[in-house]
Amino acid sequence: MEATDIGLWGVPLAMLGGAIRVSTPFIFVSLGEAITERSGRINLGLEGTLVFGAMSAYAVAVMTGSPWLGLLAAAVAGLCFGLFHGWICKFPKVNDIAIGIALMLFGTGLAFFFGKPFIQPSAPDLPAISFGAWSDVPQVQAALNVNVLFLIGAALAVFLWWAFRNTRIGLIVRVVGDSADAARAMGLNPNTVRLMATGVGGALAGIGGAYLSLYYPGSWTERISSGQGLMAVALVIFARWNPLGCFAAALLFGGAGALGPALQSVGVTQGYYLFYAAPYILTLIIMIATSSPSRTLAGAPGELSITK
Amino acid sequence: MADTVSGPDVRTILDAGGYRAALEWIARRAEAFVIPIAALVVGMVLFSLFILAVGKSPVQLYETMWRGGFGSWFSIQNSLSRGAPLLLAALCVALPARLGLVVIGGEGAIVLGGVAAAAIGVALNGAPSFLVILLMGVGGVAAGGIWIGAVGALRHYRAVNETISSLLMAYIAIALMNHLVEGPLRDPASLNKPSTQPLADIYRIGNIPGMEVHWGLIVGTLACVLSWLLIEKTRWGFAARIAGGNVRAAQVQGLAVGPLIVGFTALAGGFAGLAGMLEVAAVQGSANGSLAAGYGYTGILVAFLARHNPLAIIPVAILLGGIDASGGLIQRRMDLPDATVLVLQGMLFIVILFSETFYGRFKLFNPDLWQRPDFLKGNV
Repeated sequence: MEATDIGLWGVPLAMLGGAIRVSTPFIFVSLGEAITERSGRINLGLEGTLVFGAMSAYAVAVMTGSPWLGLLAAAVAGLCFGLFHGWICKFPKVNDIAIGIALMLFGTGLAFFFGKPFIQPSAPDLPAISFGAWSDVPQVQAALNVNVLFLIGAALAVFLWWAFRNTRIGLIVRVVGDSADAARAMGLNPNTVRLMATGVGGALAGIGGAYLSLYYPGSWTERISSGQGLMAVALVIFARWNPLGCFAAALLFGGAGALGPALQSVGVTQGYYLFYAAPYILTLIIMIATSSPSRTLAGAPGELSITK
Repeated sequence: MADTVSGPDVRTILDAGGYRAALEWIARRAEAFVIPIAALVVGMVLFSLFILAVGKSPVQLYETMWRGGFGSWFSIQNSLSRGAPLLLAALCVALPARLGLVVIGGEGAIVLGGVAAAAIGVALNGAPSFLVILLMGVGGVAAGGIWIGAVGALRHYRAVNETISSLLMAYIAIALMNHLVEGPLRDPASLNKPSTQPLADIYRIGNIPGMEVHWGLIVGTLACVLSWLLIEKTRWGFAARIAGGNVRAAQVQGLAVGPLIVGFTALAGGFAGLAGMLEVAAVQGSANGSLAAGYGYTGILVAFLARHNPLAIIPVAILLGGIDASGGLIQRRMDLPDATVLVLQGMLFIVILFSETFYGRFKLFNPDLWQRPDFLKGNV
C-alpha cells in the first residue's frame, strides 16, 4: 500500500483508524472492570492481568501456532488472577485497592519472568476483517481494517448493557454492589457473587492483553502496556458503570492515543511526547470534571470503596 | 453491674498502676513486630516453592541474594545506596496513608523533582556551589510537592480518587520529562541516551566520608525521623491521624481538613521530589530516562511493609534495597530473569496485605487473655 496524498484529512482518518485499533484492550478491560465494580469491588490489578494475558497469549500462540489458543490461555490466566483477587479480598481488613496494586506488581513481574524467552520469536496474528475494500485510498483501507476482537467487544458491550437490566444474574450483581445487607437478606452470598464477578472481569482483561500482543502492536515486549489497565478503571467511572458508555469512552481514549502518531504521520513532530500523554491528560480532565465533593456519582454502586 | 461489686475491681487498681496500659503497649508492639516478620517468612517460603517449580534451588537463591545484598561491605554499601531513594519514595506513600489516602504515583514526583533540579543546576552554572545545591533541593521539593499536593487538593476539593489520579499524573510526568529531555533541555552531546546537560562537578553531591554511599542515605533517614516526629509528636500529626480515622469527625471537631490533606500530600510529594533531586545530583549527574527506575513503585511496597510507620521505613527500605541490589547477581549466577526480584516483591506485597486480616485475631496478643502474674494475685 502506498500512501496517497490526502493532506490534513489524514489526521482524522488516522485517528479513526487508531481509535478502532487502540480501543479494543480498553473495551475489554473496562467491560470486565464494570462487572467487577458493579458487584461492589474494585480490581486495580487488571493492569497486571493485562500484561500477563498479553504474555501468555503470545507464548501459547508461539508454541501452538494458533492465536485462538493464545487468546484462550490469556482468558484462563486472567480468570485465575481475578479469582485470586476475589478470594483474598473476602477476608476482613484486606483492602481491595491495595491488593490490586500488589497484584499489578505481581502480574507484571510474572509476565516479565516467563516472557523473557518470547521477546524474539514471532507469533501468528489474530485475523482482521477489511471493511475498506470499497475505497481506493490506502489510508481508508488501513483505517477500516478491523480486528474481530473489536467486533466481539462491541457486541459484548451491548449484551452486558442488556444483561445488567434484564437478566436475573445482572440483577444479582447490581444488588450485591449496591448493598451487601440487602443481598444477604435476599439469601445471596456477596462474597461468592464478587468472586465470580472479579473472575469474569479478570478473564476479559486477559483477552484485552491478548489483543495487544497478538494484533496491535502485535509483539510481546515488556513495555506493551503503559497503564491501559489502570486507565480502564478510570474509564469505567467516567462511563458511569454503563457498558455502552464504556465502549464509547474506549473509542474516545483510542482516538486520543492515536493523536500523536496521527500528527506525526502528516509531519507534525513537535511535542511528540506531550501528545503521547494525551490519553492520561484526557482521563484526568474527565475525572476532575465528573467528580464532585458534594454528591456521590450517579449510578455508582453503593458498596464501591473508590467513590466514597 | 456497679451494685454487685463490693470492693474496688482488680483491673481498676492495676490500671491505676499503669500495669494494664503497659501490657497493652507490649502486646501491640509485639503484634506489630511478629505479624509482618511472619508474613515475610511466609512470603519467602512461597517464593521458594515458585523457584523450585521453575527448577532452581531456593537455598542457592537466598544465599546469592544474601551475598548480593548484605554479604560483604561492598554489597552492604550497594544496598544502602539503593535503599536511600526508597526511604523518600516510601514517605510519599506513608504520609498520605495516615490521612487514609492511597497515593501510588510517587514515581511522577521523583521524575519531575529530578528534572527541576537538573534544570536549576544547569541554569545557575557558575554560582556558588552551596547555593546551587540548596536551590536544586528546593526546586526538587517544590516540583514533587506541587505534583502530589495537587493530587491531595483534587481529592479534597473535587473528590477525585487519589489512587487513580496520582498514577495518571505519574504517566503525565514521565511524558513531560521525555518531552523536556528530548527537546528544550536536551544536551546536544547526549546521542544515544537523551539527557540534560551534565551538572558541573562542584554541584554534585558526594559520598558520606568513609563510605561508597551518597548523602541521600542521611537525608532520607532524617526525613523519616522528622516525619515520625511530625505524625506522633505534633498537633498536625494528631489532627492528621484523626482525619485519617474519620473525616467527618475531624470536620466536626473544627479541624481544617483541606489544608491538612494538601499539606501532607505536598510534603509527601516534596520528599519524593527530593529523591529525584538526589538521583540527579548524586548518582546520574543529569536528568534522563533513568529517573523513572521504579523507585516510586518499590516505595509503595516499602510503605505498606512498614505499615506506614516512618521509623519502620528505615530498615524496610534498606532490606528492599538489598533485594534490589542482589537482582543482578541472581541474574548472572543462577541464569534467572531480572524480573525474579519483581516476582518476589509482588509475592511479599500480597502476603503482607493479607496479614492485615490477622491483627487482633490471635489470643497471644490480647492482654485480656493473658494470665495475671501470680505475684499480683495476693495484693488486692
